[in-house]
Amino acid sequence: MVGISLEHFLTVGLLLFALGLYTVLTRRNAIGILMGVELILNSANINYVAFARYGGSSTDGQIFAIFVIMLAAAEAAVGLAIVLGIYKNFDSIDVEATDTLRY
Amino acid sequence: MSLAVVLFYAFAIFTVVCAAGVAFSPNVVYSAFALMGTLLGVAAMYVFLAADFLALAQVLVYIGGILVLMLFAVMLTHRIANVNISNRSVGRLPALLVVGGITMIMGRAIYRTSWVVGTELPDGPSTYAIGTGFLGTYVLPFELASFVLLAVLVGAVAISRKELRDAQG
Repeated sequence: MVGISLEHFLTVGLLLFALGLYTVLTRRNAIGILMGVELILNSANINYVAFARYGGSSTDGQIFAIFVIMLAAAEAAVGLAIVLGIYKNFDSIDVEATDTLRY
Repeated sequence: MSLAVVLFYAFAIFTVVCAAGVAFSPNVVYSAFALMGTLLGVAAMYVFLAADFLALAQVLVYIGGILVLMLFAVMLTHRIANVNISNRSVGRLPALLVVGGITMIMGRAIYRTSWVVGTELPDGPSTYAIGTGFLGTYVLPFELASFVLLAVLVGAVAISRKELRDAQG
C-alpha cells in the first residue's frame, strides 16, 4: 500500500511490546499482568503478519499468528482459573500476597 | 496523504494510546476496557495488512472470549466498593529504564536495517491459503493445537472446581 511501509507496522508492534513489558514489570494485580502478556502477544502477532505481507507472497506468518491467538486463549483460560484459585486461598489477587513458598 | 494513510495513522495512534491506558490506568476495570480498544486497533492493523480472516479471528477470540473472561475474573475477585486503587503499580522508575533501553535498542534495529521487501501479498481473501496451510503443511501443529485446547479445558475445570480440588485432598 502506498505510503505505509513495513517500518510503520514494526513501530506499532514495538510500542505495544514496550507498553506490555512495562505492564508486566510494574503491575501487582495478577489480572493486570495477564493483560500485559496479551499486549506482548499482540505485538508479536503484528510483526508476524507484517512480515508475511511484505516478505513475499506467503501466508505462513498469518498461520503462525492464528496459532499465537489460539495459545493466548488457552493461556488466558488457565491463567484466570489460577487467579480465581489464588483469590480463594489468599483473599487477594495481589501477587505480593502469594509468598508462601518464598522462605 | 491518501485516505488509507490517514486511517492507518488514526488506528495506530488509537492502538498505542489504548495500550498506554492498559499500562498506566489505576483501575483494573478501565485497564480491561482500554485493552478492548487495543485489540480492536490491532484488528484494524490486520485489515491494513490484508489479513481479513485474522482480523475477524482477533475480534471473535480476543474480544469475544479472552476479554470477557478477564472482565468476569475482575468482577469475581474484587469487592466493587474499593475498586478505585485496584491496579497498583510498584517499581515504576526501574521498569521505565529497562523498557526505555529495550525500546531504544529495538527501535535502532528497526530503522537501521534495510529490510528486503519482496512482492506484497495481494489484497483479497486469505482464507483459501490459510485453509490449505492448516490441512497441508501445518496439519501436525493443527492437530496438536486441538489436543492442547482439550488439555487446557480439562485443566481449567480441574483447577477451579471446588469438589475436584477437595477430592484430591
